[in-house]
Amino acid sequence: MNTEYNPSELLICLASRIMEDGTTAFIGTGIPMLAASLAQQMHAPNLITVFEFGGTGAILEKLPLAVGDTRTFNKALHASGICDIMEAAQRGFIEYGFLGGAQIDAYGNLNSTAIGDVLKPNVRLPGSGGANDVGSCCWRTIAIMKHDKRRFMEKIDFITTPGFIDGSGAREAAGLPPNTGPYRVVTNLGVFDFEEKSKRMRLISLNPGVTVEEVKDNTGFEILIADNVEYNDPPSEEELKILREKVDPDGLYR
Amino acid sequence: MENSKSIPILYEGEGSLIQPIDLNAFRELNRKKNKKLESKLMTEEEAVDRFLKDGDYIGFELYGTVRAPMSLTRAIIRSGKTDFRLAGQGVHEVDLLLGANLIREIDFTYIGLEVFGVSGNVRRRVESGDVSNVVEWSNASLTWRFKAASMGIPFIATKCMLGSDTLRRSAAKVIECPFTGEKLALLPALILDVGFIHVNRADKYGNCQIDGISGFAFEMSRACKKLIISAEEIIDTDDIRKAPDRTIIPYYLVDGVVHAPFASWPGEMSNAHEKDVDHYNMYLEKQKTEVGMNEYLKEWVYDLPNHQALLDKIGTTKLKSLRI
Repeated sequence: MNTEYNPSELLICLASRIMEDGTTAFIGTGIPMLAASLAQQMHAPNLITVFEFGGTGAILEKLPLAVGDTRTFNKALHASGICDIMEAAQRGFIEYGFLGGAQIDAYGNLNSTAIGDVLKPNVRLPGSGGANDVGSCCWRTIAIMKHDKRRFMEKIDFITTPGFIDGSGAREAAGLPPNTGPYRVVTNLGVFDFEEKSKRMRLISLNPGVTVEEVKDNTGFEILIADNVEYNDPPSEEELKILREKVDPDGLYR
Repeated sequence: MENSKSIPILYEGEGSLIQPIDLNAFRELNRKKNKKLESKLMTEEEAVDRFLKDGDYIGFELYGTVRAPMSLTRAIIRSGKTDFRLAGQGVHEVDLLLGANLIREIDFTYIGLEVFGVSGNVRRRVESGDVSNVVEWSNASLTWRFKAASMGIPFIATKCMLGSDTLRRSAAKVIECPFTGEKLALLPALILDVGFIHVNRADKYGNCQIDGISGFAFEMSRACKKLIISAEEIIDTDDIRKAPDRTIIPYYLVDGVVHAPFASWPGEMSNAHEKDVDHYNMYLEKQKTEVGMNEYLKEWVYDLPNHQALLDKIGTTKLKSLRI
């Protein structure tokens, strides 16, 4: 089998490895769907997928293309509605939530609303959708981002979805549920966590072939570097086989 | 009430309340709603003509291209009515309404093309100011606003939106909970002038069944002054009575029932048909520019008199290939 992989396949594998078995994951459109499906078939058979508009515990035989897609409740355990799902998140039932956005800052705050002034935007983006709810209520959020200076910014134009806002204690002060917030950021350059005291983004592992300098050069704020930065393993042969043959046989992400 | 007994407002969003809350008027209206089992079958054109007017606050269910009431949306565009205010949790139908430039104010949560990204119609209408007022919410918040109206109460409390600019640009208010002391965002009830929902099955009175996920149909259907239903299939009331637990929208909420197979085309409908990927891909190209969008609207909306003419244009071969 061809063990070369593309950037999407690497992101899918990195996100998949983060999810633990026996937990719940709030799945958004795109890469998170593939990551959850791969995790179910690798190490997390009891990972329950939850889709915003009511699908819980679907068997992801065919890739959903949208969060309201029929496939989000394929052979599912429960088909309900958005209130049931969002209320489950609000009462602490959902462990992981996936997020994305046009801009992210050092505290993991995300913008998916507007570039420029929201009242007179240079680019009107699609808006919060469920992102703010996921970022407010899930225990641990994982942002999947393309890594460059236009996206990793000191000050983002609009906080659609709160991360750690402006540091330690800020989420709690704003009234958000305690012990929640950004957990990992997965990018084409590496994987990041948030340093315990400052709640600022910290590099913990690099993707194959990437250097610390490259990460610094592509980040618009001062990025913390962990003491022992590791290298992420490239996608294994088993991961690629499952990904290509079972998760995404139609090759939508190849 | 004495000051010491009142709950202080800790924070107020800057956004305006696009639709004023009048629950007593809503109660009066619900009291007077027709409770007779009378046929409400009509065409899209009749429903839009009778129940919708310029400037109305309108909303659609479900999401993306899924179970979207597109046949009603096209009838709205053809009707010439305009200047609507919108609950912006819908995607394909709202994209067409924006393309046709019929929306002036939006309670905005998500309008985009999902995996295909930012919508050209949203960009053109919002960035130019054609849409003059945008108020931000999250998906849960907007649905819970329907839920508050459905409960007949003026607001509902949530932990969502706190600490964000989404809250700042919303019309929510933050208080300290009188029971626990924690901060809560209060979401104002949202009552639609007219709501539009597509369902799998309905009888002629408007008792509705939806297969699979029900999105926010339950909450929205109970938060409408007028509700227009389109249904893939019209069934006998006897069949409704055999499985009353399947009725998600009872008839007394409904003002108009339209029989409209393939109403969600080019999107998909669970247990009925798949998405028309070829057509949608063409749409994705057209919506990128104003000229392209206008061409699309002319060919696929304005130049067709009704839903049947659209189905004829798509052709039975194509429609059969989409059937599940």
